[in-house]
Amino acid sequence: MTAFVALVRRDLALAFAQGGAATLAVSFFVLVVLLFPLGVGPEGAVLARIAAGVLWVAALLAALLSLDRLFQADYEDGSLDLLLLAPLPTPLMVLAKCLAHWLVTGLPLAVVSPVLAVLLQLEVSALPTLVLAMLLGTPTLSLIGGIGAALTVGVRRGGVLLSLLVLPLFIPALIFGAAAVEAAATGLSPLPHLLILAALLLAALPLAPLAAAAALRLAAE
Amino acid sequence: MNLHALANPTRFLRLCAAILPWSAGLTVLLIGAGLVWGLLFSPPDYQQGHSVRIMYVHVPAAWMAMFVYSVMAVASATALIWKHPVADLVAKASAPVGAAFTLLCLVTGSLWGQPMWGTWWVWDARLTSVLILFFIYLGYIALWEAFDDPAKAGRAAAILAIVGAVNVPIIKFSVDWWNTLHQPASVLTMQGPKVAAAMLWPLLLMGLGFTTYYVTLLCLRVRAEILGRRARQLRLLAQAG
Repeated sequence: MTAFVALVRRDLALAFAQGGAATLAVSFFVLVVLLFPLGVGPEGAVLARIAAGVLWVAALLAALLSLDRLFQADYEDGSLDLLLLAPLPTPLMVLAKCLAHWLVTGLPLAVVSPVLAVLLQLEVSALPTLVLAMLLGTPTLSLIGGIGAALTVGVRRGGVLLSLLVLPLFIPALIFGAAAVEAAATGLSPLPHLLILAALLLAALPLAPLAAAAALRLAAE
Repeated sequence: MNLHALANPTRFLRLCAAILPWSAGLTVLLIGAGLVWGLLFSPPDYQQGHSVRIMYVHVPAAWMAMFVYSVMAVASATALIWKHPVADLVAKASAPVGAAFTLLCLVTGSLWGQPMWGTWWVWDARLTSVLILFFIYLGYIALWEAFDDPAKAGRAAAILAIVGAVNVPIIKFSVDWWNTLHQPASVLTMQGPKVAAAMLWPLLLMGLGFTTYYVTLLCLRVRAEILGRRARQLRLLAQAG
């Protein structure tokens, strides 16, 4: 457990030491969202209609942005080999790294999203659902992204390949995340969608680290 | 002959050579008969008229899109668990075939949707999940290409194939779980087929024909892959000494 916590703290320290990884993901998220009113026009009704989808798509892209460095940096400086040899089981190591990734990308996005939602004229009554859906959905993105990041460690042009591998697998989180917000905005119960998001997270939590660990052992050979 | 006997590529090649003429002949017969029956002699639908004949290509292609992926996932698991060398090749050889079937299914579905639904495409669960399947196939093929070492590529791709397998049941049950424009299953149902026999028979012939076509292609592609690897090894040996 101490090793797990130490690894999370190390990754967080690295992320903040390298020039505000969190602010980078959040700035990207904000910028992508701000492009939409400029692109589709500032009409309130249109923006309110697409707000849920825009926020989720932007969150997907922001999560993808830093994923290719998740294991690649450790692979390049050799610390990945040490992490694999360490007594901490590899799936737990993956879980720690995904947790750190979520803390610097997913969590800040969930915090900023209600502000952006207000800018996009989303119904104020839907804001709690939006935050809850983001909190349930973004960890799934980090976990599934972990598989893709582990598979593309040490691969040429891994970043492009990573998005091709991971974006199709992100789609369920996108569909139910956006549907939950949409339901709340139109006065329906968002509960079924939130429950499915929670189910996705609970399925990804034990399974994704196993798959990513298998891929990492392969990369280290 | 058990699974392990097939791990010997030479034995697998011999099996392929035995199967190949039969599967190729059956493919010609089944698809030929199915096409003539389906396109010329089966009755037009009472609502859809003659455009229902797209079904004889669309539905078998959709079956194959999912079937080939399932074969790929099982072969990948076999390759990972038992280090079965030929299973790896079966998965690799299946991917482009499966991707082609998926594309065929999407294109014919789109052509069928235009006269029936009045639109080329709708974002309903069935269509979307098949489109995702197509992209998973593409990602799988790209991952194979990304590594220089075929052994490493095979294992990475196998992990991806197993992860992507979650999409197959989603496709199959999407028409039951969501209210979709796409019609629900009507051949493989608990109450038996809901399709009239005059349409079901040519459809089944086409389904079988597509399957034997896949088997034929699989034999050819795995054979080419085994021979290609032997050539690669000879080349490496020649360079080394």
